[in-house]
Amino acid sequence: MRIELVKRTEHSRLMAVLSPVIAVFLTLIAAAILFQLSGKDPLLGLFTFFIEPLTDTWSLQELIVKATPLVLIACGLAVCYLSNNWNIGAEGQFVFGALCGSFIPIVFPDFETVLTLPLMLLLGALGGAAWGLIPAILKTRFNTNEILTSLMLVYVASLILDYLVRGPWRDPDGYNFPESRLFTDAATLPVIGDGRMSIAAPIAVVVVIVLTIVLAKTLKGFEIRVMGESPRAGSFAGFSKKRLTLFAFALAGGLAGLAGTMEVSGSLGQLLPTISPGYGFTAIIVAFLGRLNPAAILIAGLVLALSYIGGEGVQASMGVSDKIAAVIQGLLLFFVLACDTFILYRPRIVPGRSATGSEI
Amino acid sequence: MVGGMKPLAENEKKSGDTAQTDRRASGDVLLDGKSLTKRFGEILANDRVDLRINKGEIHALLGENGAGKSTLVKMFYGALEPDAGEIIWQGKPVQIDNPAAARALGIGMVFQHFSLFEALTVVENIALALPEPGNMKALAKRIESISSEYGLPLNPQDIVADLPVGIRQRIEIVRCLLQEPALIIMDEPTSVLTPQEADRLFKTLERLASEGCAVLYISHRLEEVKRICHHATILRHGKVVGECDPSKETPSSLANMMVGSEVIGVSHSGKAPELGPARLRVADLSAPARNPFATTLNDLNLAVHAGEVVAIAGVAGNGQGELFDALSGEVRVTPEMIYIDGQACGAKSINWRRQQNAAFVPEERLGHGAVPGMTLTNNIVLTRHGTNDGLVSAGFVSEGQSGELEQKVKTHFDVRMSHDNPEARSLSGGNLQKFVVGRELDRKPGVLVVNQPTWGVDAGAAALIRQSLIDLARSGSAVLVISQDLDEIFEIADRIAVISRGFLSEAEAASGMTRERVGLLMAGSAERSQGNDRKAV
Repeated sequence: MRIELVKRTEHSRLMAVLSPVIAVFLTLIAAAILFQLSGKDPLLGLFTFFIEPLTDTWSLQELIVKATPLVLIACGLAVCYLSNNWNIGAEGQFVFGALCGSFIPIVFPDFETVLTLPLMLLLGALGGAAWGLIPAILKTRFNTNEILTSLMLVYVASLILDYLVRGPWRDPDGYNFPESRLFTDAATLPVIGDGRMSIAAPIAVVVVIVLTIVLAKTLKGFEIRVMGESPRAGSFAGFSKKRLTLFAFALAGGLAGLAGTMEVSGSLGQLLPTISPGYGFTAIIVAFLGRLNPAAILIAGLVLALSYIGGEGVQASMGVSDKIAAVIQGLLLFFVLACDTFILYRPRIVPGRSATGSEI
Repeated sequence: MVGGMKPLAENEKKSGDTAQTDRRASGDVLLDGKSLTKRFGEILANDRVDLRINKGEIHALLGENGAGKSTLVKMFYGALEPDAGEIIWQGKPVQIDNPAAARALGIGMVFQHFSLFEALTVVENIALALPEPGNMKALAKRIESISSEYGLPLNPQDIVADLPVGIRQRIEIVRCLLQEPALIIMDEPTSVLTPQEADRLFKTLERLASEGCAVLYISHRLEEVKRICHHATILRHGKVVGECDPSKETPSSLANMMVGSEVIGVSHSGKAPELGPARLRVADLSAPARNPFATTLNDLNLAVHAGEVVAIAGVAGNGQGELFDALSGEVRVTPEMIYIDGQACGAKSINWRRQQNAAFVPEERLGHGAVPGMTLTNNIVLTRHGTNDGLVSAGFVSEGQSGELEQKVKTHFDVRMSHDNPEARSLSGGNLQKFVVGRELDRKPGVLVVNQPTWGVDAGAAALIRQSLIDLARSGSAVLVISQDLDEIFEIADRIAVISRGFLSEAEAASGMTRERVGLLMAGSAERSQGNDRKAV
């Protein structure tokens, strides 16, 4: 007996919806096995990881705080991936955007007006976009592989950040700790609720709504989808592949830079040597778990945020390695991509037969 | 060579007809497919198909696109497994699990699209496909002797990239012959050949048949089926609907059997069209090759007038794709190289040209003319978002408008689909072609450039498309058809030019052209004639 994959004539709508659900379910099973193997009670592990964070308001707010940058970045990445541009460097665009957004409160701390925040956000988005445009220009001009260049620029951005907070941008009153000065109130995003949640969250929701409409209803969205699926047909439609590559990278970089600035200005309040627990990479999983669809990315962002908080939870209460969250995120991406196979293929069980051509 | 065929055909006539079943059961059966069934999802691709091939027989397999020919052949070649039924090979039931097993039995296949490594030599390519290639020098000698013996001379040391398509096909055939097959399956072998090359292939097939090797011959070209095949099996909607001796049939009776109804011939209203001004003009068009396997265009000149259909004949890969890309604007050239209605537009975008009421239909319908995974409504937007159809306002795409256009194209061009507004990839080749052509014709373009309008399209759809091209021209548009199908060209063209290695011969009136002359131009005298013209000027 063997299992064959039979190509479907059209996309299966049912599987497109079911695939992420099945993937989450399979991840749960794999996580249970993982807990069992490391000698912990799998049920308790799953509960602590996935359920407990949802039971009190503090962790619910924290969930939204962590989901916000993930959703923003993943929305930009979705545009990249839909148009066949493999931007793996959102982490770098996040960091570089945060740097640019922090320029005013660190270099001109006395510039405190109503314009301070909007300018910071603008600079952050522009900085992220500029960082994103580097691999895009390299790709369109010299045909370099954007996967490699965008990824390598992550490390460049991280090292620039590290240099700045240890060197020129170090807080003069900070006892030589590698941190920038604290942002003034005028440079801090207004807070919502009693935790670390800021107006970054509603901004992310607005971005999701706008992008959903752009992708579904406008010619630009059409262009993005056509170019991703069939570049030859795209050029027949009169769309320019190069211009779209620049657009997608600039948009993704801009949103990542915006997320970076809001993270620094809203949740952290200063620059630190490390400002991201890998949001830019985790957002790749968010984008695919959300089927590259902004509305679904909103939900996927919450699921992945849960994995951060749940990871901390099991680490604190059960003594499991802190790598467990990363492993579970990786498993999730693996299962999502695997389940996606069934959108265009249908499994079929074929009764057993011999493997070689022979006379019966 | 037609003369050489006739005795065989007459033998068949004598023994055929009344005693046909007896003769065919007389023990020289090579392959007997019994009640073969294959289902893909809801579609029954092959429904209890019986096919019997005798030794030394050239057996035609006829049918419209989607009739189930490829499915059937793939089961013989081990690429698909039948759901039911059995294959009897030389008297014994066999199970063919993969192509290697098929080759071991003695079944070889020459594909429509070649599977050769362009950077390797002929002998290297052949060695790769043999289970035990042995010594390369000895193999090269065998290739030389077998290929010349069968009238398909090959130089084993040539690099495939340098060879024209006709020679590449020879490599595939010789590769098959080296394994001493008892049955060779050929899928549309002449679609890439000049008439002269096809003649040579027919001689080879005849020789093979006389040595007892059977050939299963798939072709859309009914003229050649009638000419060389001893027996034909006709498939329609996955079922065998008839068998016949093609030499006793006419191409139109064969076509009727395939389609199941009368195929309406293309009608020209009036003899010579009234020519208007040149609406599409190509002046000294040159373009360098964009990659090592592309063709350079060399000083092409052509004018297509209002009211006429001009056809460009030529063997695949001689610059047709490059010419189309330059005409459509997907590749920009110097402004003065292309004029649409008198306006220099060589450097303008494809949408600018569409706004000048030009329309384009590329050769590849899936992936170039249409996006496979998008619905037909979305595929309407693909080429019509830039024209004044009101599909886009303020950046938003109107789904109602594109849906209406899709319905219009669907009814006018008889595009058949299993449910409303499906993805492009789910349509059969013929139906998608009707859609892609209909999407442009619906605009009543003043200039239409179409590359391979009926490639791989069934007879019914082809007739509809050809008729609509002629009708468009007669209504005052300029129609340029690029095609490899000479039957099609002679059916619809008012004037014919030939493209060869990036050179274009002067367009001549179709009434004064013969197949032989076109064939000679295809084989390279187009470039010489163009070269001479230029020197004379």
